[in-house]
Amino acid sequence: MTPPRKKKMNLKQRYALMTRGLDWETSYQKMDDVFPYDTFEGIKITDWSKWEDPFRLTMDAYWKYQGEKERKLYAVLDSFAQNNGQLGISDARYVNAIKLFLTGVTPLEYQAHRHFAHLGRHIRGVGPRVAAQMQSLDELRHAQTQIHTISHYNKYFDGFAEFPHMHDRVWYLSVPKSFFDDACTAGPFEFFTAISFAFEYVLTNLLFVPFMSGAAYNGDLATVTFGFSAQSDEARHMTLGIEVIKFMLEQHPDNLPIVQKWVDKWFWRGHKMLGLVAMMMDYMLPKRIMSWKEAWEIYFTEAGGALFEDLSRYGLRVPKYADIATEEAEHISHQNWAIFYQYTQAAGFHTWLPTDEEMAWLSEKYPNTFDKYYRPRFEMWREMEAKGERFYNNALPQLCQTCQIPMGYTEPGDPGKIGFRSTEYKGERYHFCSDGCKDIFENEPEKFAQAWLPVHQIFQGNCGGADLGDVLKWYHMDNGADNLDYSGSPDQQQWDAWQAARKKVAN
Amino acid sequence: MSIDIKTMNVEPKRHTFAHVARRLGSDAPASRYEEGVYDLQATTHFHYRPLWGPEHWHFDEGRTQIKMSDWYKFKDPRQYYYGTYTIARANMHQTTDRNFAFEEKREMLANIEPEWRQMIVNYLVPLRHYEWGANMNACSISDAGYGTAITSAAIFTAGDRLGIAQILSRIGISLGNGTGDLLDDAKAQWMDGEAWQGLRKCVEDSLVVKDWFEALVAQFLVMDGLIYPLVYNHFDSEGQKHGAAAISILCEFMVDWNTEHNRWVDAVIKVAAKESEENQALLSNWYGEWRDEIHKALQPLAAMVLGDCADSALADVKEQLDKRAGKLGLNL
Repeated sequence: MTPPRKKKMNLKQRYALMTRGLDWETSYQKMDDVFPYDTFEGIKITDWSKWEDPFRLTMDAYWKYQGEKERKLYAVLDSFAQNNGQLGISDARYVNAIKLFLTGVTPLEYQAHRHFAHLGRHIRGVGPRVAAQMQSLDELRHAQTQIHTISHYNKYFDGFAEFPHMHDRVWYLSVPKSFFDDACTAGPFEFFTAISFAFEYVLTNLLFVPFMSGAAYNGDLATVTFGFSAQSDEARHMTLGIEVIKFMLEQHPDNLPIVQKWVDKWFWRGHKMLGLVAMMMDYMLPKRIMSWKEAWEIYFTEAGGALFEDLSRYGLRVPKYADIATEEAEHISHQNWAIFYQYTQAAGFHTWLPTDEEMAWLSEKYPNTFDKYYRPRFEMWREMEAKGERFYNNALPQLCQTCQIPMGYTEPGDPGKIGFRSTEYKGERYHFCSDGCKDIFENEPEKFAQAWLPVHQIFQGNCGGADLGDVLKWYHMDNGADNLDYSGSPDQQQWDAWQAARKKVAN
Repeated sequence: MSIDIKTMNVEPKRHTFAHVARRLGSDAPASRYEEGVYDLQATTHFHYRPLWGPEHWHFDEGRTQIKMSDWYKFKDPRQYYYGTYTIARANMHQTTDRNFAFEEKREMLANIEPEWRQMIVNYLVPLRHYEWGANMNACSISDAGYGTAITSAAIFTAGDRLGIAQILSRIGISLGNGTGDLLDDAKAQWMDGEAWQGLRKCVEDSLVVKDWFEALVAQFLVMDGLIYPLVYNHFDSEGQKHGAAAISILCEFMVDWNTEHNRWVDAVIKVAAKESEENQALLSNWYGEWRDEIHKALQPLAAMVLGDCADSALADVKEQLDKRAGKLGLNL
């Protein structure tokens, strides 16, 4: 006899049974020994069952959706390679933007894979744990699909071939690396705040949109396909980010000051790191999408403003120094590009001075700052180039102890003066580019005093030797191919040859 | 346009990344597995000691006593990177969905003898918690392991174990006529049923193991190596006598998965044991300790399901596992 089949459960009930019911309260080992890391930060969780699963994806559905997306993505990548898709980009200067991406961002995706596995194991609540596991898988996906997407460019252009080696060593790559090291060495709730909330929710549009739209505008079909394919993963990650913040704030009032401090810290860390993206947007894309300032206005000032207004009901306020960061959006891309121009000999991508047309665009987009502060410098450098006296800065720069960027930023309200802060800790003096970076250090001096600062390491003789050639060799940077100006580079010569060949065929 | 391109000489400057070429011995075209896995993990110049464990860097070889000259010797024989992994599992699970539909259409669960139905709730459905424990260990290995070859395969395994726990949950829901009642019964078994306490203790003990490689041996080689053949072979055969053909069909995923999973596990153990006598001794020692514990823990479970035949079944799975471990280079 067949017992009658009962009506189907709704999705929420079914998901709860398939997932929530799996865990148990251990009794042969203490729960605090099984989950040793989720209490030391002082975040109080009184009831994990209050966690609302932001997406209810069982593993079979995950495999199905993700497998389908992978099939489509790799079909595009195969066809891109087969059809020499690199010939369709706007200009070979564009490729330098993805050099920055592969060396600076892709290794972070891998770190995210690892640390979401850490959270997927060590957070006591089963709901966020499963979400973290799926994100760990997703982040591995992003690392690997980025490598596979850019693999084709590596075959034709310089600057890609040594990306993991460079990531661990090169001076400016310590900026993104230390950012992520900082998050991974923090406790699990700070990591959630840093990466899932501050980065994935508040700032992600300022990383993702510029690179992926940049790819679309510049004819990079492979990267833009990757971007579209990753978008639904990112939507899940963002949802997790906002859910975690709300959950912490709802669980206990004591959590608010801790979370606020993290939001302040990670907003500022993110703002400084994204300065590299700002430079990419304003200077490295042959076809520009929008200016960094415009992106900042849309994605931080407007969208972030609405977000923090919504979160104010929990007592959370707009991150400290948000006003300063907004002011810096008028300057940061120009200042960063100037740094890389001066140190092109030690950069793993090519630099160039903006053309007249590009300078006109910058004047239009930055009416308050470009003509006044930055155009004169670029024009002077252009004159020097014309005289055969291209300017290289041969002195090693002082780095900010926190963000690790050379101290080239100016004072808030005074773009004529370089900002400079310092503090003493255990008899040593530490230097910073800004109040934001100094505050972060002073809140955790024992942590930030440990930073592996590339310039200090060079001076201490830990980077292959004393002169530039030694250091480049140690970086695995192919002198004359990976570094220096685009003009005269093997990348350019090859691109010009391709263009000439195409012209010949067309005629 | 395509004619343009074909008439042009577009020669690649290199065929793969330099770190991959160094591993392959030449700049030959590399596979997507190789490019997606080799040297992806940072290895040096970390900035800060973890607040949650300052004795190690967050990526640190010292999180296990096993020592390797090269952590990328642990090449996955399945060559799984994310794309091949998800596509393979999506395909496998399509079969599982068809099997559930097949069972439902023919109402095959109704053919199971009522006593055996209860037995399934007692022996099979509680394994969803065992799988969740395995998921936790897999996550730990992905978290604490060293090198992308290990950490990527480990997170795939974590996904597998969650997926299997959910298939087992579905079986419980189907047996419970679309409700979660039997999942509750099965959880009560896991928490308090006498037959399960030995195994639950082993699982909980494995969750506090500090050395990730020991956890890998305990979970993937020993626990899985004894439990999978015992449950999906011996227990399943017993079920055949009681009309439980449907259960064999619904467990097909686990059987296929385990065969595939063992290829990876065997490759990892073999490479680690071959590396040095010290490794071999460590692995053999862990193997012996966990095998004895788990073998003992499984006795009441086997007795509940197989009655008098329990001892011979347990002896059989132990003998098979010892044979396998011997082939992998462990000293028994």
